[in-house]
Amino acid sequence: MGLEEEAGGSAKILPPTEQELSAELDTKLQKYLRGEGADLEALKDKKLKGQLFVREKLYGNSAKAAAKFEKWLMPSEGGYLEAEGVEKTWRIKQDQLTREVDILSSRNQYDIVLKDLGPYTLDFTPSGRYMATAGRKGHVAIVDMKSMELIREMQVKETVRDIVFLHNESFFAVAQKKYPYIYNRDGIELHCLKEHGAVSRLQFLKNHFLLASINKFGQLRYQDVTTGEMIGNFRTGLGRTETMQINPYNGVVAVGHSAGTVSMWKPTSAAPLVKMLCHHGPISALAFHPNGHLMASCGREKKIKIWDLRKFEVVQTIPGHHAKTLDFSQKGLLAAGTGSYAQVLGDFSGTQNYSRYMGHSIAKGYQIGKVSFRPYEDVLVMGHSMGWSSILIPGSGEPNFDTWVANPFETSEQRREKEIHSLLDKLPPETIMLDPSKIGTLRPYKKREKPTKEEIEAEKEAAVESVKDIALKKKTKGRNKTSKRVMKRKVLIDKAKKPFLEKQMLEEGKVAGKKRNLGEETELPASLKRFVRKKAAV
Amino acid sequence: MKVKVISRSTDEFTRERSQDLQRVFRNFDPKLRPQEKAVEYVRALNAAKLEKIFARPFIGAMDGHIDAISCMAKNPNFLKGIFSGSMDGDIRLWDIASRKTVCQFPGHQGAVRGLTASTDGSTLISCGTDCTCCLINVLSFPSCHADCACLHIQANAVYVGKNAYWAVDHQWGGDLFATTGARVEIWNHNRSQPVNTFEWGTDTVISVRFNPGEPNLLATSASDRSIALYDLRMSTPARKLIMQTRTNSIAWNPMEPLNFTAANEDCSCYSYDARKLDEAKCVHKDHVSAVMDIDYSPTGREFVTGSYDRTVRIFPYNGGHSREIYHTKRMQRVFCVKFSSDASYIISGSDDTNLRLWKAKASEQMGVLLPREQKKHEYQEAVKNRYKHLPEVKRIVRHRHLPRPIYKAKELRRTVIDAEKKKEERRKAHSTPGSIVTESVRKRRIIREVE
Repeated sequence: MGLEEEAGGSAKILPPTEQELSAELDTKLQKYLRGEGADLEALKDKKLKGQLFVREKLYGNSAKAAAKFEKWLMPSEGGYLEAEGVEKTWRIKQDQLTREVDILSSRNQYDIVLKDLGPYTLDFTPSGRYMATAGRKGHVAIVDMKSMELIREMQVKETVRDIVFLHNESFFAVAQKKYPYIYNRDGIELHCLKEHGAVSRLQFLKNHFLLASINKFGQLRYQDVTTGEMIGNFRTGLGRTETMQINPYNGVVAVGHSAGTVSMWKPTSAAPLVKMLCHHGPISALAFHPNGHLMASCGREKKIKIWDLRKFEVVQTIPGHHAKTLDFSQKGLLAAGTGSYAQVLGDFSGTQNYSRYMGHSIAKGYQIGKVSFRPYEDVLVMGHSMGWSSILIPGSGEPNFDTWVANPFETSEQRREKEIHSLLDKLPPETIMLDPSKIGTLRPYKKREKPTKEEIEAEKEAAVESVKDIALKKKTKGRNKTSKRVMKRKVLIDKAKKPFLEKQMLEEGKVAGKKRNLGEETELPASLKRFVRKKAAV
Repeated sequence: MKVKVISRSTDEFTRERSQDLQRVFRNFDPKLRPQEKAVEYVRALNAAKLEKIFARPFIGAMDGHIDAISCMAKNPNFLKGIFSGSMDGDIRLWDIASRKTVCQFPGHQGAVRGLTASTDGSTLISCGTDCTCCLINVLSFPSCHADCACLHIQANAVYVGKNAYWAVDHQWGGDLFATTGARVEIWNHNRSQPVNTFEWGTDTVISVRFNPGEPNLLATSASDRSIALYDLRMSTPARKLIMQTRTNSIAWNPMEPLNFTAANEDCSCYSYDARKLDEAKCVHKDHVSAVMDIDYSPTGREFVTGSYDRTVRIFPYNGGHSREIYHTKRMQRVFCVKFSSDASYIISGSDDTNLRLWKAKASEQMGVLLPREQKKHEYQEAVKNRYKHLPEVKRIVRHRHLPRPIYKAKELRRTVIDAEKKKEERRKAHSTPGSIVTESVRKRRIIREVE
């Protein structure tokens, strides 16, 4: 309509260089538009059409403004690594990078060796500022990554299988031998979550404040950490589970089973949303892309498969990797940890074709347990059997953070305010669904069909049953005769059946009428006409 | 090889001194905000609930008259004052801020039927059933302070006519005013006899309003159920529209001066385009008894109506149903309503001798707001409007407590209307298609248009 004409007109006037700029703006615009506009031509209601036209125009303007101001609001463009000449990016080693990069960044490359306390697993806060690490033998530590300062370190004296931060760095949950425990930032034990039992993996949904846990038998539990209520307790029924991962796009929990299936769960239903057969062997690792459409899964048969979650189809199969852990970075790079080698794959052509980007091998004999990209930084941290290591992966982190979403330079006052605001915006567990943009849309119009015979029968039975449950008043003074009670009950049951029988009679009457009509059309032969009974004269 | 790695220096991202504001960085990328629709929905729900918590529209009552209030007038130059006239002839000027009487004017022997102020705010004109029309100079008294002593002022001029007067209105930007009673009479401030007279039919003309955009155009309603438009430049009346029931009051839309809304006896208000009177632009239905008075907001986007059923309702200018209803146990039949000139307050005058002051937006925070507060309010309003069609939010936004008689009356009306509709449908179904034609609601109550 009017908008299109305007765009066409301006395209003629602009000089060629400005046309390129506007093309660039268009790609940025697509990011902010959040999908296609509504089809207004199909509407017949003029008032609604006018109102929607105004609204669509407003959306367009706000998206254009956001795209235009990106230039000033988000000055930095992120990291990159370009190979010159013959060299390939995947052959570049970390010490080569150290020479090229500034001192502050080279401080992010280190190895921390803690020999006796078992394979280390780690978790980051959403801002990437704090890291929680836990060794299998009970060593738990919270580290401030900016200043490399150890905030708190403790020994829980039990086997620790997993550790997660809750909504901020003040609280973290540790999956210990018998139960998961919640600790304060100072190491004070706040809660012992007895209902969960011995869990093997923990995950935290930060928008919903739900702590999800899974044990080796495949029992999935959701607990609300603000009220302490257990929201869901489901038996997956698909066998032994090794992996659990949250899809940050829609809050769905994906569990990988030993039969090669991945099932996706939401806290409000006992049946899984999706069950996909991914691999021939047990699933060893799962990871989700931040845009919510891609999932990477690795099976024991040494293949990494990239799935498109909208169509549930394989986009790419990468052979030759038996990755025990997978992670996607904010910019879409995939890290796979196999043995003592970490491989980083990137999709550079934009067509979801992942190819080798970088690699790093740590000392031989160290087994990588978990790889995790640090949010908003170009850093990959690997937890292995002898401690943890950190390496630089240029181009993996989001360069521009939003203060109100995740702030690596958060002060304590900002942290407190954010906690309150996120509690006010806490989502109810019903909002977890495969397609989160369905909220606020119309349910598709379904034409109601006539109930089938079985349905009518079922309704009749249900009505009779409900009538039978009614308790009749027991009369006194000799009026409570058994025969009378039985008659009364019979009358009630007949009354309940009456509407169904009437409907049935109507239907039969219609059918009989149709039959009669058909009958009347066929004429009797002349010789038999005298035997036709004539209607008696009144 | 070319390498660049993200490295943020603390100085660039934190503040220099403790007196500075904290630095804020923004990235509006939707990727950083998963499940934004669900978050917006939760915020809409919370906004709806908070709105209901803060909804306290009644500010206060202005007590002083000893008989029912029949009419009110706004002073166009003075925001804080309102004139009111009662059925015993008493005219008062009120200070809205302190809710006290500033001045008491001598008034009339009988009921005061009409009050109006001239456009420059210097003269107050009142007319009553004692066949007199008073002109009072209102610039001479001191500015309105909350004083117990009410000044009594003498009238500047009293003009006597032949019949009782029913309504008065002043021309916008001119110095003519119109009184109605047996006929429509146009007066000048200085003449003691009307300059011009219009007569169409023999019935009393009960209300009059001058058009804000076209100063020579005026609309009147008469007790023969008609609405007539007059042009002062012509010597004859321009157009007449006859409806099925009587119109009690008319108000022109100040922002779209060609449209006016008529408050009718059949519990609805009809909005018309003055150029095309054969069909109503919009029918506003929600009252359960006759609508007595109507006034537009200066924004032209909504209007307030007062009705015989003891409620005051606020309607959008193009919507069929009211967005708000105000009622109190003590407020009896509402005879006049006025929207304040800053579109923030509503003043209603009723049968129980009180003028009541209400907020136009029930949960609005009055007073000076910080820009942050203002932005927050705007955001909450916008997010609530985006999700107000969803069942949970709709239930909270729509909820209004109705007094029992109104609730019952509404149900009764609903039953009656549904029954009539069903009958009509059945008649249609059992007759030849096309023989029975349903008239649209906008035309149904109009009998005919006369030139």
